[in-house]
Amino acid sequence: MKFGVIVFPGSNCDHDAYHVISKHVGQPVDFIWHRDTDLSTYDAVILPGGFSYGDYLRAGALARFSPVMNSVKKFAESGRFVLGICNGFQILCEAGLLPGALIRNRDLHFICEHIYVRVETSDSPFTNELKKGTVLRVPIAHAEGNYICDDNTLAELQREDRIVFRYCEPDGSVTDAGNPNGSRDNIAGICNRERNVLGLMPHPERACEDLLGSSDGRDIFSSLAATLAAAV
Amino acid sequence: MKAKVYVNLKSGVLDPQGKAIQHSVELLGFSGIADVRQGKYFEISLDGSMDNERARQSIEKMAREVLSNPIIEDYRVEIEA
Repeated sequence: MKFGVIVFPGSNCDHDAYHVISKHVGQPVDFIWHRDTDLSTYDAVILPGGFSYGDYLRAGALARFSPVMNSVKKFAESGRFVLGICNGFQILCEAGLLPGALIRNRDLHFICEHIYVRVETSDSPFTNELKKGTVLRVPIAHAEGNYICDDNTLAELQREDRIVFRYCEPDGSVTDAGNPNGSRDNIAGICNRERNVLGLMPHPERACEDLLGSSDGRDIFSSLAATLAAAV
Repeated sequence: MKAKVYVNLKSGVLDPQGKAIQHSVELLGFSGIADVRQGKYFEISLDGSMDNERARQSIEKMAREVLSNPIIEDYRVEIEA
């Protein structure tokens, strides 16, 4: 089982992701520079948070053209696992690996705080160790996290059980008050139809140690590790 | 030869920046404003190696695939001799 963390110019959560995989998941992990294109030795890759290409044009818009992204597409098509966190989620949307787009937060601010998300499905390689309805306390840090999609896409996401996380209040109720950025249907994370690509705005990799205020993010990585262990 | 590309959020898409600008200019006393939408404007200088039609096709493709995100934005291309 081997993980890769893709490093774009401007990624800044790459070391956090690397740390979590090596220390908490306890598996081998490499940094992958965005100009590299060989992903053949990896079972899962993480597109980390940050500000790839300075968020020029649109968040994630230019990273999509990095050489590694063609390989990430093929990697995903081959059924291997892709996790996009924050800027990584924005990149996956821009690249068309996930539907919809992330636009400016409803209240314009860059929001950096711990929020709550509810696990909406256990039927994903990233949440299979979590019970549906579990509330996780995890941080967000973004200005463009307002998820938007058309009515048909939303209906499809709902019908196919592809909304993996929704913003909620501490008690798990999904309300407007629990929605920090105005995301449609309180969406904080979605997966693709094949369920092997997940994008989410919160940072589970920053919530894996009590010292950091929460360790609720660990279960996402351990779910993925369990999926990989079962597959190997 | 120059290409001008205008990118705007689609009409149904919330534009919090436009709303904030509208609020501010109204506070400053500008009246009669119904709505403000903020967009992007690109000015692309061309080296003259393409005729008008080819330049339009090329810039339209660029606007569609790179400069705009068709999920949230519309674009308009103008070619100037």
